[in-house]
Amino acid sequence: MPGSVELFIWYLGTAFELAFVVCSIARKSFFTYFFLNLYMLLTVLVDVARWLVCRQFGFDSDQYMGCYYYTDALLTVLLYVLLVSLFARVFGELRFAKHMRLAAVVLLLGTAAFSYAVIAQSESRLYTGSVFAYELSQNLYFVGIVLTYLLWAAVLKLRETRTRLVQIVLSLGVYFSLNAATYALCNVAPQYGGVIHAAGAIGCLLPLAWCITIMRYSEDSRLAPAQLVAVPR
Amino acid sequence: MMAAIILVVSLVTLMMFFVSYCRSLMASSASHALSEEVRDVTGIRSPASGRDFTKVMQLLQLCPERPADRVGLRAVQIYYSFLGAAQSTISRMAPAFRSWSENERASCAYFVAVVLDKRISLSREMLAQQSES
Repeated sequence: MPGSVELFIWYLGTAFELAFVVCSIARKSFFTYFFLNLYMLLTVLVDVARWLVCRQFGFDSDQYMGCYYYTDALLTVLLYVLLVSLFARVFGELRFAKHMRLAAVVLLLGTAAFSYAVIAQSESRLYTGSVFAYELSQNLYFVGIVLTYLLWAAVLKLRETRTRLVQIVLSLGVYFSLNAATYALCNVAPQYGGVIHAAGAIGCLLPLAWCITIMRYSEDSRLAPAQLVAVPR
Repeated sequence: MMAAIILVVSLVTLMMFFVSYCRSLMASSASHALSEEVRDVTGIRSPASGRDFTKVMQLLQLCPERPADRVGLRAVQIYYSFLGAAQSTISRMAPAFRSWSENERASCAYFVAVVLDKRISLSREMLAQQSES
């Protein structure tokens, strides 16, 4: 089993995820932010599944590692879907939602193909499912950063003023960046492989930030995103 | 090579999103006018200065906490420390950065002063309720 600190972070993360869903229901925003809530509920399910596998096979077992990376890839794909749903909200009034969905599917498949191509190059790593899941997660986190950056640019360009939407996009950007940096650091410097365990702590940040957003601001709250960029435009 | 590029890009975007997120937290307090009492206690005159931050943080410890502020306050504290570290390193290479970061630190100080103002109001309300009952 993991150490007491890791377990604490694990339980804390699950508590925050559940708290977000409860806050959404309390603020009558469950269906307004349906994909965010769906993601959080599935994250709770994944946490339970990981905990069961960990208890059965042990924290350092291959089964747990496989389960961890597969479920992580699954959650990253879901996060990607969530991001597309945010795009749909920002571009809600423009009529190219259909093209956007198609582009999102093509990008997802392209990332999966690229990830497979990368692990196929290395014979020793070939056909290892969990390595593919790891590679896919890392690349999807990176694609997530690029898409969140584009979404943020769209928020600024379209002068989107909904405080909740702005904060959700920004916290998603922080989350994607932290995760992509963690995965990339593990690849660049394998001696810092232990950093991957920080993913648990990083995982707490997203539901926490979203909880604050949902509880602190109403759907009618507005701000001027142009004030938020570090360098005035 | 690819992983190194991802690492560098992620660190840059992390900084950009984190700065914008902290600014979005502080934006809501910018329109809040500080009470005369808080201005007297903290010595903040318009505009606030980055140096006021530490003093206001110390005063905050004396007031009962509002759970709603805790996380936002922590994020702004991290942002303030990050600005301090950046100021002492980057300012030597880019002097223009100093005035920008000083403005940011002043915004942080104003944000915590607004939190202090709200905490004082909360304490007053609690005292009023106690004396009524």
